[in-house]
Order: sequence, then C-alpha cells, then structure tokens
Amino acid sequence: MLCVVILSLFAFPALAVEPSEMLPDPALESRARDIGRALRCVVCQNQSIDDSAAEVARDMRRAVRERLAAGDRDEQVFAYMVARYGDYVLLKPPFKAGTWVLWLGGPLVLIVAGGALLFAARRRRRMPIVPPQPLSEEEQRRLDALLKN
Amino acid sequence: MIPELGHFALILALAVALVQGTLPLLGAARGDGRLMDLGRTAALTQALLVIVAFGALTQAYVTSDFSVANVVANSHSAKPLIYKISGVWGNHEGSMLLWALILALFGAAVAIFGAGLPDTLRSRVLAIQALIGVGFLAFLLFTSNPFERVSPAPLDGNGLNPLLQDPGLAFHPPLLYLGYVGFSVTYAFAIAALLEGRVDAAWARWVRPWTLAAWCFLTLGIALGSWWAYYILGWGGFWFWDPVENASLMPWLAGTALLHSAIVVEKRDALKSWTVLLAILAFSLSLLGTFLVRSGVLTSVHAFAQDPARGMFILAFLLFVTGGGLALYAWRAPQLQGGGLFQPVSREGALILNNLLLCTLAATVLLGTLYPLFLDLLTGNKVSVGPPFFNATFVPICAPLFAALCVGPYLSWKRAELWPALQRLRLAFIAAVIASIVAATAIDSRATLAALAFGFGVWLIVGSLLEFVQRLVRTGYRLPPRSALGMTIAHAALGVVVLGSVGTAAWNTELIKTMRPGDTASFAGFEVKLDRIENLQGPNYIAERATLTLSVGGKPYTVLAPERRLFTVQRRQVAETAIHTNFLRDIYATLGEGEAQNGWVIRLYYNPLAPWIWLGAALCALGGFVSLSDRRLRIGAPSRTRAAVQPAE
Amino acid sequence: MSRRLLFLLPLATLALMAGFFAWSLLAGRDPASIGSVLVGRPAPRLEVKALREGEPPLTDALLKTGKPALVNFFASWCTPCLAEHPLFARLAERDGAVIVGIAWKNKPEEARAWLKRLGDPYKFAGADLEGRAGLDWGLSGVPETYLIDGQGIVRRHFRGPITERDVNDTILPFLKGGR
Repeated sequence: MLCVVILSLFAFPALAVEPSEMLPDPALESRARDIGRALRCVVCQNQSIDDSAAEVARDMRRAVRERLAAGDRDEQVFAYMVARYGDYVLLKPPFKAGTWVLWLGGPLVLIVAGGALLFAARRRRRMPIVPPQPLSEEEQRRLDALLKN
Repeated sequence: MIPELGHFALILALAVALVQGTLPLLGAARGDGRLMDLGRTAALTQALLVIVAFGALTQAYVTSDFSVANVVANSHSAKPLIYKISGVWGNHEGSMLLWALILALFGAAVAIFGAGLPDTLRSRVLAIQALIGVGFLAFLLFTSNPFERVSPAPLDGNGLNPLLQDPGLAFHPPLLYLGYVGFSVTYAFAIAALLEGRVDAAWARWVRPWTLAAWCFLTLGIALGSWWAYYILGWGGFWFWDPVENASLMPWLAGTALLHSAIVVEKRDALKSWTVLLAILAFSLSLLGTFLVRSGVLTSVHAFAQDPARGMFILAFLLFVTGGGLALYAWRAPQLQGGGLFQPVSREGALILNNLLLCTLAATVLLGTLYPLFLDLLTGNKVSVGPPFFNATFVPICAPLFAALCVGPYLSWKRAELWPALQRLRLAFIAAVIASIVAATAIDSRATLAALAFGFGVWLIVGSLLEFVQRLVRTGYRLPPRSALGMTIAHAALGVVVLGSVGTAAWNTELIKTMRPGDTASFAGFEVKLDRIENLQGPNYIAERATLTLSVGGKPYTVLAPERRLFTVQRRQVAETAIHTNFLRDIYATLGEGEAQNGWVIRLYYNPLAPWIWLGAALCALGGFVSLSDRRLRIGAPSRTRAAVQPAE
Repeated sequence: MSRRLLFLLPLATLALMAGFFAWSLLAGRDPASIGSVLVGRPAPRLEVKALREGEPPLTDALLKTGKPALVNFFASWCTPCLAEHPLFARLAERDGAVIVGIAWKNKPEEARAWLKRLGDPYKFAGADLEGRAGLDWGLSGVPETYLIDGQGIVRRHFRGPITERDVNDTILPFLKGGR
C-alpha cells in the first residue's frame, strides 16, 4: 500500500491551481495552464495536474512553472516530465510504434469501411441487368384481364 | 421480515424468468399458442415480483433498517429522505436490483403494449428478455444480495458518499439504466428476428419505438451526468473522456446509428443484417459499460467498488449475451436477403454515411478507452489516453457528420441529385459562414477552430429549421407527421449543444484570486465583492460559505454563495459551487481553502452559452419523445401484409 | 465464402477483447500502478540537504562509489514505512548495505525524531521537504526504494514497502552481485 498525502481523496477534484502558484507573466501562466491540462496526475484516477489537489500534482505544477520561467519551450517541459514519469504522464499519448494502432485505428476503420462500401456499390452497378423473361400466352391473358379490371 | 420478503420475491422472480426464458421459445418453435401466451403472463408476474423486491429494499432504506447490511454500508439516519431513497441505487447491489427492475418492467411493457406483434415474435422477444433477466437476477442472488442481514444491527449506518447526495447524481443512474436496459428490448427483437429468419419493414417499424425510448432516456441520463459534473467539479468542464463517461457514450452512438439505419430497413427493405448487428451491438456496449465500471480493469474517478470476482461474472455474462448474439448473427444473417437498390447519392446513401461516421466515432472512443489496458497487458508499457487524444481524433470526424446531417433530409430515396439539395440549403450555409466570421472576429480573434465549430452549430440549427419550413410550404402549411417534427427538433437541438460546447470550452474566462472579506475584484464586466465568510451547519455536514455580490455600475446584480462542505460521518470535503444563469451564460463561483489572515481562494468563471449544452440535450430527447408519440408507431403495428405498401417520405 | 467470414468478424473481435479482459482480471493487474521509467538509466540528480545536523549535503557522488546502494524514500507520517523499517535496519546491520534515506515532504525534526525512536539504518540521510528530489526520482508517494549499482545505474524499483521476500529474492542477491 502506498501512503500518499492526498487531500484529494477527501475532497472532490476541482480546479486546484492556487493563486500563490500562478506566474506573474500572463503569457507564461497561460502556457503553464495549457501544459498542466495535458499532464496527468500520476496518483489520481484520470485527472490532469491542474485538476488535482494532490501533493505530487502540486509539485508538478510548480516544476512546470519553474521550467517555463527558466526559458524552456513547451516540448522541453513535457520531456522533463516524461524523463521522470514516463509516457504515462502525457494525457495525449505520443505517436510512436506502440501507439500506431491507437492513433490510426479510427481513421483506418473509416477508410476501410468506406472503401468497402464504395467498392460494393460500384460492383453492384456493374452487374448486368437481366431483362425479365417474356410472358407466356396464358400469363399475358391473365395480365390483360387484371389490367382491364 | 420485509427484507426477507424481498429476497424471496427475487428468488421467485428468477424462477419465473427461467420459465419465461424457455417455454415461450419452445412455443414459438412449435407454434404452440398456449406456451407462447405463457410469455406474457410470466413477464407480468416477473415484473410484479421484482417491484416487490425493489419496494422491500426501498422500505429498508427509508425506515433506516440497519439490520440490512446494504443499508448499513450506504445509508445514515441523518440523511434527507430523498437521498435515502436515491441511496437504494447508489451502491453496487442496489443498482443491480434497479437494472433487474427496469428489465422486468420493460418486459411487462412489451407484454402489454406489444399486442399487435405476431405471437411468435412477441414470445421470442419476451423469452430473450427473460434470459437476460435470469443473468441479472442470478448475479444478484449469488454474488450481490442486497438483502443480507447483519447481526447485531449497528446503531447507525456508514453514511452515503457525499458526492451522491445531490439531485443531479441521484437521478442520473435511473435514467441511464432506462437507456441501457431499453436497448435490451432492441437486442431481444434482433435475436428474435434472427431466430425467425426474417427481417422486414414490419420488424423495423415494431422495433423503432423501443429503440427510440431507450435512446431518449440514455440521452437524458448522459446529459444529467454531464451537468452534474459541471456544477460539482468547479471549473466549468462538462466532459472529461473518463472511461465511465465513454462507456455511456458508446451505446448512445450505436443507438443513434441504429435509429437511422432502421429507417432504411423500414422504407426500403435494405441494410437488414447491418441493422440487426447494430441492435446487438447497442446492448452489448451497454453491458460492456457495466463491466468496465464494476470490474476494476480501468481506473476512473467514477467507478463503483472494484471486485475482480464480480468482474469475471459480468464478463461471462457479457460473453454469453454478446457472443451468443453475434454467433447467431454469423450463422443466420447471411440468409437475410438484401432489398432495394440505390445509388450512392440518395437518402439511403446519406444514412449509410451517417452510420459509417457514427460507428467510426464509437470505434475511436472504444479504442481510446481500452488501449491502455491492451498495451499494458501486451508490453507492460503504460500510456494515458486523455482529453487531448479525443479532441484530436473524435472532434474532426464530427465535421463531415454535421455537414451531411442537414443535407440528408433533402435527398430522395433510391436516387437523388446533390447539387439541388445543396442549393436549397443556401441560406443555412450563408448563416453558418456569417456566424463563423462573427465568432472569429468579434468574439475571439485567436481560436479559429472554435469559430469554425460555431459555424457548424449554426449550420445545424438553420439547416434543420429551413428544411422544416420548406416542407411546410410545400405541403400547404399542413403539420408534418410527428416523426418528421421530432427529427427537426433533435437535429436542431444538436446544433444548440454544439454552440453551447464551443462557448463554454473556447470562450470562457476565469479569475482565481485570494480575497479577504471586503475585498473587491473586477471580472467579466462585473465588480465582485466578497462580503463575508461564515460557518454553518447542515443536516449532515458543516460548511464554510462565502457571500459574493456581483454589481454592474454600482448596482447589485446578484449574490453568489459558494460553500465548502465537510461531511462529518465520511470525513469528506465537497465543494458546492454557486452558479447564476440567465440561460445565455453561467457565472460560476467556487470557494477554496483559506483563513482570515491571508484570505480565501475564490474562483470565478464566466461560461458563455453553457446552459445551451443541457438545454440542447434535453431538446434532443424531446425530439425523440415527439417522434415516439407519432400515432403510426402505436396504432396497431402494421400487419405484415400491409407493411409492404408504405408510402415513401 | 469470404462473405461468411465477414459475418464472423464481430464475433472474432469480441473474442479478442474478452481475452484481454479475462487476462487482466486473472492477472490481478492494478491499472493504477505504474512502474518506474528510471530502471536501466543513470540515477537522477541527487542534491538534497542532509537530514542529520552537521552532515554535508547529499550528492550524486554517493551513488558512484563502485559499491551498490539502496535509495529509500520515506516519511514519519507514513504507516507502510513503519512496516518496512526493520528490514532496512537488518540490511544495514547484518548485511552492511549502504542505504541512502530521504525524508520526503517530512519536517526534518519529525523525521529525525522518528529515526531516533526506531533506529537509523541510513548511512546517508537527506531531507526533501519540498519534494524536489521526489519529483526528480519520479515519486508518486512513499515508501519507494531504488537499487543502484556501483556505476550509478538504477537497476530495480519498489513502489510501496519492501517485503521479506523482496529482501531475500532481489535485494540480497543485488547487493552481492551488484546487479
């Protein structure tokens, strides 16, 4: 069992960014919020670090702002976190060999299914239209009788 | 005494369900009228018995009977009555009992309202419904008995999760289950059709009202859940792509696709095996959702208590129901003969496109939700799939869907011309472009994707209304059939949801500030003053409340009073947000931690168009209900001979 | 024939998914637990103030002495840390293990008092009140323990308290062989 100080277990998740954490430069703070929304809180169930009141999340938010203030680009900040916590910390999974199926699966379904439908439609159109057999005399007489009525 | 009665009723219900699940099937295969009629009696009896069981559990909660283990675990004498009642289904066992209840009630509904169905079809549907009921009742009785006693009875219960003591969340499960279980009827119809070996226009017409009803309730259930998340979570988010949310979205997408493909079966006798497959899938996705929430294979803020043993049971059930259905499908569906031919550009083509896109969306959500599990098992690597992924993959596919949505109703069956249809939508296109430009320039110069999405929302609304008006004019101002009215409402409502989502997600403003009583701040054109912070006592919590006055030009406009509540029994903190809405926007305040010397953290949000998200969703469901009330769906479902001669719309 | 196969596709997909679910349930997998990405890589930066008064701050050099070491993150407020403490005491005394202890988010006085009460197995001890070292080492809570070989490469990671079995199966062999 892992012992973690998580006030969040007892408080429902809410936006957890505190005024004291925020950077004075609004442009940097805005970047920090965007990055925070894309980083996962590693001790929570499916929350970003911006949404979590957990201690670890707070530490990560502080680290993000420190790195931004030090001049890092966004990618460098993400790399910083990945170096410590792995790809798990990214809420947007990276596009690498292990995640091709994930990223391409949806479009693939669309293309394959759409293609199959178009193919079936075209094949049906190419099928020759067989003209009906001509009616026999008996059938022709019955048809005339019906039409007259 | 009463809990025992409830328990006994459940056992009886299982027995009745077993009878209902077998004999009518035999009767249908043999053409034995008496055995088939047994289905109806059994369905009504089963419903009665499960009602008794559910009533017994409710009574135990309402009277705070702490000799029942379930009540001890989930209730408390200090809880308000309404939450005692909603506590019945606010836990695993109770919610499974609710499932069983709704299942039985739907079975009874088919028995009562399905008088126009052919005997063989009805008895098969009731039998399948009963077999599903057997699964749930067995699950209840053997692994999750809500009536277990505890001795000696404790003096009081452990209280209910404070998060569930909230009107939104209290009533979200029943609505959701009405949707999930409603799809079981659709599933039963599909299996019955496969057993009979016949899918035709009459079948599509009969299955439609049940699918519509389920879909409407599911829409409302999802909307209520989203609204709850919005006002509880404290920052204006309303959809988080959490696995449990995704679990409810997938059956909704499949159900929407089903509603549309069933139209083609009804009108043109085509897409039969595909529609049957969708009917099986819609319910299977509901079951999958239940599995994901209760088994512990995925992490989620939302999940019930996890239990791998229960997970295995649900998985086995899922395999039986879905696997059985799909196996039957693989065996019988190839024999279903295809119907009318049509060109790619036609009403049928548009509906196929609709299905293609909706199913791609469902597949994307499924992949995103389950991928971390698969990858972890196969390689041990862990990845997270969160909102950024879904925003990148799900949202773009909505664009062609929305674009085609307005065009579809203008296309005729079998063969249509695209350009004339587009011509008639000129006004909608112009309105959409103007809206996009206005959004991009006047409202927010940065987010051009948001402006584009805004344009789509306007396109949906104007396009749907335009079609309706043009139809009115064309038919000499006679009111179109309710199903057409319902379609217009639902499609336009989708546009309203889109507008609301764009407004809230892209154009919201926020202010996070530490304030002491007496401090003021300027926000969204308002002057905000923190009047005071006070402590107060609620029925089962103590709270800190902030009183914020918002003024415009010196004149007070409204007062917001957000709270932070500490539930004493559970020792949990929950934030109560304060929202002021004028139905065009929400102003939203939350109270954070703080103390007198340094002040309290106050968070303010201005969410333009937020109310439209849920108003739109409610309208969508309304459209579905309007469509459901169409007399043609109720006045004696057409007999098979007449069904072939329905005029095309 | 291929048309038949197409109809079997949904069933096949279900079988595949169900297989994964059953596997997950049977393996008792905890979806929330993540391993450490640091395994196999050089140990992260270690720049922590000393916990015990009068000692020099901890540095990376401590982990590159050629001798294997354990790095244990703990805290006095953490119950599982209490449970694993005797195992560390024994490793230090009996087996001469070099253990670096870091008090994570722990007031130094409280950590010192805790060690005084229970015994101090740490050759070197640091105080990471703000959690910076914890962040560098990918911590999500305490206790967590890392095994570092003589060249400063992280070889093993334990999330949660170590057990008797971990000591016998993994830690002791590691200390002897350095791997």
